[in-house]
Amino acid sequence: MHEFSLVCDLLVTVMESAEKNGISNVTRVKLIVGECHGALPEALSFAFRALSGDTVCSTAELDIEIREGVLLCTACGHSFSYEILQICPKCGSVYLDIISGRELRVDYFEGE
Amino acid sequence: MKVILARDLLSVNTVKGENNREILEKNGLLTLNIISSPGAGKTTLLEVTMRLLKNKYNFGVIEGDLYTSRDARRLEEHSRAIVQINTCGMCHLNADMVARALEDMPLESLDVIIIENVGNLVCPAAFYLGETCKVAVLSVPEGSDKPAKYPELFKEARAVVINKSDLLPYTDFNLPECIKELQEINPRAEILVVSARTGEGMDKWISWLEEKVRLIKEWGHTSLA
Repeated sequence: MHEFSLVCDLLVTVMESAEKNGISNVTRVKLIVGECHGALPEALSFAFRALSGDTVCSTAELDIEIREGVLLCTACGHSFSYEILQICPKCGSVYLDIISGRELRVDYFEGE
Repeated sequence: MKVILARDLLSVNTVKGENNREILEKNGLLTLNIISSPGAGKTTLLEVTMRLLKNKYNFGVIEGDLYTSRDARRLEEHSRAIVQINTCGMCHLNADMVARALEDMPLESLDVIIIENVGNLVCPAAFYLGETCKVAVLSVPEGSDKPAKYPELFKEARAVVINKSDLLPYTDFNLPECIKELQEINPRAEILVVSARTGEGMDKWISWLEEKVRLIKEWGHTSLA
């Protein structure tokens, strides 16, 4: 249920900005989600639909772009694509740093 | 019209967390965000801790649970003020919930605020509440590989309490290995092996807490940075 609170913050952010910019109907919201973040796109879309009802985003389309996650093994220095099971494929270490794929941000929105 | 925002969603929570932090710092309050999986013994640990320090400090407790106020009722008699937050299914506390709880607390008459987060090793680690530091609680029956499997929380925690040490002889929990892994993940963390039930090791945990209260009272929150 993590996604619901994130979408609440998303809606508040977009609503505040829409008001400042004189936008009364938001048509599209672009969200960037890093693979390593653990927020599920399906759950984000569902939460967006469920919570946007009485807002300027009620008919907006939520466009989610997934950014690839990259992990770095702090034991052997090998970097590799994000996997749920976080083990270095080269040396088996579990001590990994996330280099990219942590994003979770509203990129832009469109409306009139 | 297109409006470019490039706004980090977690930052919405972080900004609210910073507001909480300002209020807590102004009142000189050590604030611990206690995080563990369900059943690790957070509430028992806190019950015993507050009982032992009852004559020394006034505790404020913010109790996060999915449903019910069972834990809050257990801690009520040991604390000066307690606020129950029912997240109704949400897996973590966020800064806004804590802000509302702080409004209902007599902050000027407290020394320590304990935030008992929702039992969950994953999500609470991502949401800053304004706390002085996070304390991770891990219990022996869960297994010694938890820090390696859930590194996010253990990387950030300033103290890791390994609870239910009285069960060590009955499990294959590898204590030296677990401590070694914790030290590799987070060399700064204080590791405390305790049994809240028998009282074993509680003195070290209590000293850790007393030291932090003392530092904050004498030097402010920056002394713990």
